[in-house]
Amino acid sequence: MKILDRNSVDLFFDALKRQGFALVGPTIPDSAIVYDEIGSSADLPVGWTDEQDGGTYRLKKRDDEALFGYVVGPQSWKKFLHPPSLRLWTAHREGKGFKIIPEQDDPPKLAYIGVRSCELHAIAIQDKVFIGGPFLDSSYGLRRENVFIVAVNCGQAGGTCFCVSMKTGPKATAGFDLALTEIIEPGRHYFTVETGTGRGEEVLRDLPYTEATEADPATVERIVEKTVSQMGRTLDTTDIKNLLYQNLEHPRWDQVATRCLSCANCTMVCPTCFCSTVEDVTDLSGEHAERWRKWDSCFTSDFSFVHGGTVRPSVKSRYRQWMTHKLATWIDQFGTSGCVGCGRCITWCPVAIDITEEVRAIRETKK
Amino acid sequence: MEVFSNRIEESPAGGPGFFNPWIPHTAEVIGKRREALGVHTLRLRLRDEGVRRSYRFRSGQFNMLYVFGVGEVPISIVSDPDESGVLDHTIRIVGKVSAALVSLKKGDTVGLRGPYGSSWPLEEAVGKDVLIVTGGLGCAPVISVINYVANRRDRYGNLKIFHGVKTPKDLLYRARFHAWQKHPDTEVYLTVDHPDLEWKYNVGVVTNLFREVRIYAQRSVVMMCGPEIMMHHAVRDLLAQGLAEDRIYLSLERNMKCAVGFCGHCQFGPAFICKDGPVLRYDRIKEWFGTSEI
Ligand SMILES: Cc1cc2nc3c(=O)[nH]c(=O)nc-3n(C[C@H](O)[C@H](O)[C@H](O)COP(=O)(O)OP(=O)(O)OC[C@H]3O[C@@H](n4cnc5c(N)ncnc54)[C@H](O)[C@@H]3O)c2cc1C
Ligand code: SF4
Ligand code: SF4
Ligand code: FES
Repeated sequence: MKILDRNSVDLFFDALKRQGFALVGPTIPDSAIVYDEIGSSADLPVGWTDEQDGGTYRLKKRDDEALFGYVVGPQSWKKFLHPPSLRLWTAHREGKGFKIIPEQDDPPKLAYIGVRSCELHAIAIQDKVFIGGPFLDSSYGLRRENVFIVAVNCGQAGGTCFCVSMKTGPKATAGFDLALTEIIEPGRHYFTVETGTGRGEEVLRDLPYTEATEADPATVERIVEKTVSQMGRTLDTTDIKNLLYQNLEHPRWDQVATRCLSCANCTMVCPTCFCSTVEDVTDLSGEHAERWRKWDSCFTSDFSFVHGGTVRPSVKSRYRQWMTHKLATWIDQFGTSGCVGCGRCITWCPVAIDITEEVRAIRETKK
Repeated sequence: MEVFSNRIEESPAGGPGFFNPWIPHTAEVIGKRREALGVHTLRLRLRDEGVRRSYRFRSGQFNMLYVFGVGEVPISIVSDPDESGVLDHTIRIVGKVSAALVSLKKGDTVGLRGPYGSSWPLEEAVGKDVLIVTGGLGCAPVISVINYVANRRDRYGNLKIFHGVKTPKDLLYRARFHAWQKHPDTEVYLTVDHPDLEWKYNVGVVTNLFREVRIYAQRSVVMMCGPEIMMHHAVRDLLAQGLAEDRIYLSLERNMKCAVGFCGHCQFGPAFICKDGPVLRYDRIKEWFGTSEI
């Protein structure tokens, strides 16, 4: 473990830039923290935090100058790895036929600054979807391969967080190049740094770090434990796959359907939801065509359309599909839960539907 | 971080980096045959010789066919897997893309990627009776398996084909059924819910036939495709006749955008119909099959 002073953060960022990485991290363009390009530590949400609960999100001033003193915002890193809109290929007419030209995909090398533990797990889950099976999604693979990950351990939990239940946090344990813990004491503002890869170590080498003292790991542990004690939500995952498989006709699905607007917010903010659709476009001349991939959601009626109708016309069946996929069928498909307990779907649901509450309701009255 | 190692220098479709499974090949329409009103078979030939030579499929699999500027849809391959170089697809017009496919002429080009999905259990069925149960309008996935077994009568036991439709005019492949009937040790049973005056076969749902026809449950493998409600009843009645759950195979349909497990559209419980299906063994999906709106 190494120690990096707050004042060296920009040197750290410069070192990453020298290695050819563009930086993306938390910023406040508006009324929420979103991940976007950053130039220096001044672009970070210095001194801001967020308050979250079912259906509510509010930024608030902190009484210190913390750089990473917030929880998670509406967006996740999936917007970089699995872009919301992507051209797959173009086609041009040629005589009686046409020629397909693959997209020349050359994504920038990005360093993700401030990845939370739950988000590392979400990335690992999408890795299984896109590059873990018999087919490899090349657009994801090219982006993923280039990423430098700077994780930051959570110093506080949000009102809708339940990573402890999902065993995905709050401390980053794997999947990062470097992992920081932000420590603010009277008169001192610094970071502990753990290295996860040789690449991470290399970046660190040129920086004015010091070796950690014996007390530092204990300080990190204390911070992590405090965060654990603040979890806003819990979800009992005992035998959850069978619980949901055996309760596909539970009356709770009808009940949640009376509240759910089928707006798809939960799927857009979820860092693991991966569904997409395609769109074909042609130009006016009819000589050029393109195929685009766009994020899609199992909450739309087109999603399950087959000629003659939609397989899931009711909101009940859509919510059931979404939640059962996240927590149960995902386990059969990819050997892991599809939920990392980040709480985004709870915070950003306009009517505050709470996945932890829905599971509890089914568990308490299960078949 | 080295995430995965199968980076390739150049994809078959010409792109850099990784093989991109979203990129179609091109194929030429080399023949077209009308099967029935609104149903045509396109015979396709992959344009690239290398791709054509390495292309192999099994009966029950499908391709994604793309019409320039219109869209891409999953269509089963109905030609014989041992017939090299050509791929037949029987397409029924139901909407935009299927209509555009059927409007293509000899010499036109389609995008083609595949083959995708699981196939019929044709190895497991060797030496056994084969029961085909189909229903509804046009059931392309079973045409290939019927042809396959009909052309290799010596490898399989008795072949029984049960086909049920609503009315006589919904019976799309009348000529084919007559032709199949002529193969040795092959029986074809047709039934309609609502007969007209000329109808001379059976009346009633397809499952009624199971009671009238001698079925040897111990030595039979069932392959079916059609409306899910029909298959639901058929499975129930076949189980009652002593067929084992793991001897019944169904081909399912769901919306598909990618066919390679990325888009999520084709999910049926834990199964992705595009890669775990379309052919699924009944005992593996029975908890989901029959639950409405899955
Ligand atoms: C594995 C598989 C094999 C198939 N094999 C054949 C075949 O051999 N012959 C044949 O005629 N049809 C087959 N179908 C059905 C065929 O894919 C649909 O008829 C076709 O997608 C309809 O598209 P459309 O644009 O003409 O219709 P529209 O009604 O305009 O459909 C709009 C969109 O919805 C989706 N869609 C609609 N119906 C279906 C459907 N049944 N299955 C999947 N997606 C659908 C497609 O993305 C389509 O572009 C198969 C379907 C699957 C899943
Ligand atoms: S389901 Fe909800 S809590 Fe779970 S990972 Fe997705 S957004 Fe986060
Ligand atoms: S659960 Fe909430 S966010 Fe998700 S679709 Fe329903 S109303 Fe929208
Ligand atoms: S069709 Fe896209 S996941 Fe199956």
